[in-house]
Amino acid sequence: MSEPAATARPLDRRFGAYGGRYVPETLIPALDELEAAWVEARADPAFAEELAVLLRDYAGRPTPLYRARRLSEAAGRTVYLKREDLLHTGAHKLNNALGQALLARRMGKARIIAETGAGQHGVATATACALLGLECVVYMGSEDMRRQRPNVERMGLLGAEVAPVEAGARTLKEAVSEAIRDWVTNAGHSHYVLGSAVGPAPYPALVRDLQRVIGDEARAQILAAEGRLPDRVIACVGGGSNAIGTFVAFAADADVELIGVEAAGEGIDSGRHSAPLSTGARGILHGSLSAVMQDTDGQIVEAHSVSAGLDYPGSGPEHAHLRDSGRARYVAVTDDDAVAAFRRLCRLEGIVPALEPAHAVAWLLGSGVEAAAGTGPVTANGDGAGLAGGFRASNEGLDLLTLSGRGDKDLAEVLELG
Amino acid sequence: MADRIAAAFAGHGRRAALMPYLMGGFPDLATSHAVAEACADAGADLAELGVPFSDPLADGPTIHAAATEALAAGTTVDDVLGVCDSVAARLPVLLMVYANTVLAGGAEAFVGRAANAGAAGLIVPDLPHDEATELRAACDSRGLALVPLVAPTTAADRLAAIGQDARGFVYTVSLTGTTGERGELPPELSALVERVRAAAAPTPVAVGFGIATAEQARGVGEIADGVIVGSRVVRAAGDGGAEAVRELVGELGRALEP
Repeated sequence: MSEPAATARPLDRRFGAYGGRYVPETLIPALDELEAAWVEARADPAFAEELAVLLRDYAGRPTPLYRARRLSEAAGRTVYLKREDLLHTGAHKLNNALGQALLARRMGKARIIAETGAGQHGVATATACALLGLECVVYMGSEDMRRQRPNVERMGLLGAEVAPVEAGARTLKEAVSEAIRDWVTNAGHSHYVLGSAVGPAPYPALVRDLQRVIGDEARAQILAAEGRLPDRVIACVGGGSNAIGTFVAFAADADVELIGVEAAGEGIDSGRHSAPLSTGARGILHGSLSAVMQDTDGQIVEAHSVSAGLDYPGSGPEHAHLRDSGRARYVAVTDDDAVAAFRRLCRLEGIVPALEPAHAVAWLLGSGVEAAAGTGPVTANGDGAGLAGGFRASNEGLDLLTLSGRGDKDLAEVLELG
Repeated sequence: MADRIAAAFAGHGRRAALMPYLMGGFPDLATSHAVAEACADAGADLAELGVPFSDPLADGPTIHAAATEALAAGTTVDDVLGVCDSVAARLPVLLMVYANTVLAGGAEAFVGRAANAGAAGLIVPDLPHDEATELRAACDSRGLALVPLVAPTTAADRLAAIGQDARGFVYTVSLTGTTGERGELPPELSALVERVRAAAAPTPVAVGFGIATAEQARGVGEIADGVIVGSRVVRAAGDGGAEAVRELVGELGRALEP
């Protein structure tokens, strides 16, 4: 066996000005330990093989890259969907949860802590823990538990304990805080499986590395299908793990435009949104410096989005850096437009998307609608009107959109909206 | 102003200096002013004044809830600096403030506001040593102490670096966890304090997190230079206002008599 240290590359702690480790001193040794373990594990062929086999035989990778013909017609461009919605448990979250659970076992940690908003990361983590025989505690805001009852039941069936969080708005932000507090107390025997590319270093780099499989597959698949790279790569951004996992594979392809779609909620001007990259100042939330929604006193403000998975007032630090460097650009789509796109993709492709990637679909359709005004396909309820976007499309355009999850969890929410 | 911290640790005449923690704006702004005065009346040697933050990762349920309540009532950073300003002549005040509050308007600007309010120093529980260089320089230039925290998990080489850069005193976190009253303190605490003392000398070593009773305060006073009592004091402020805090701080002070 080769000496792991010889091939180990250091992990990014900073992305430009962003990132860092703004946590209580008690956690610093645990972060050091995690960083060293990941640097070693990712250079270890045996670890890579074990993860690759699980991702293939258990989770269902590679996920397909699907040429969405009717969506392409609607958008006026050729659109490929990266089908993370077909992954086991229904979203890209499992890529990260499986990797971190394997890493935890390798580190000798028998207890897993996780947070969840909509429940997708909680279900993914509970699944990975069931598979590997690890104890699992998932922190979830009591308001989210009420809204996402089926996922709470799923986690219970998988053997996880769901711990309700009563602080603040009782949603994802408070669940992350409570998970970190648990880890401060129990880091000796517990690993915290953070679900997005946020948090103190090494999490943003660790989660990116584990989600990179999305982009690596998609890049090879589109080259095989089209013989060229896409013009635009589009993904939704809450914390930003599916987006960074997609973008990173295309970062060196200078001609590929990278577009992150945030949640504009009830509209940016309403203040009720989840678009820190579009609007937020530099700030510290949950251990890293990034774009954060806050008031002038530095108090973090509550986010709002119809999509629980985007309902978070911070963003991954690497996204903040990609924004500042100009390598990626970030746009935002309202609740109404995302729900309209959700319905439209159901009808166009027979795919029920999660509300999170429905934001990315909405932006894509917005650009198509704008370019093809008057000639675009007629939809049953004319819901293409007023969609966001603002990019002049051409029929030669080639887009790749990460469809990060499926929408079963969102049916009740969408149907309630009528 | 940082010199006042050294004087408070040198001249208390007890087993150890007594440092109660109060939350600015809790249970309401007027009462938190009165609580600060009560701490001074009852013989506290220093005071730690919490600036409420929306996402206090280092705090357990009592202080978290107090911060939430203070913010819900509209407490601003300026309000809390007002509490500092009104009591700072009577005893050295350390602001316990989270990193985002400090950095929101720029570190130098925050340090300037704290200095103008008479603060003796800052304690920033989510700004570990690696991230603290800029703020320490800003504090140094205005005569404020940036007090570092160390934990039971802090390794020897890190402890040495933190001890060398310490200003005012070293805040030793007694346990691996968040703030909050505990029935018992870890048996390894005395060894931890010795390790910190060796790394930080001649800077004083104070211990906080978990200390809730006079008996615990006396025990910590036998091994450390300072005793910090937080959640228990905040609970008293919530239950009985300034009078309850005056009584509690008096009792803790008597427990530290030689």
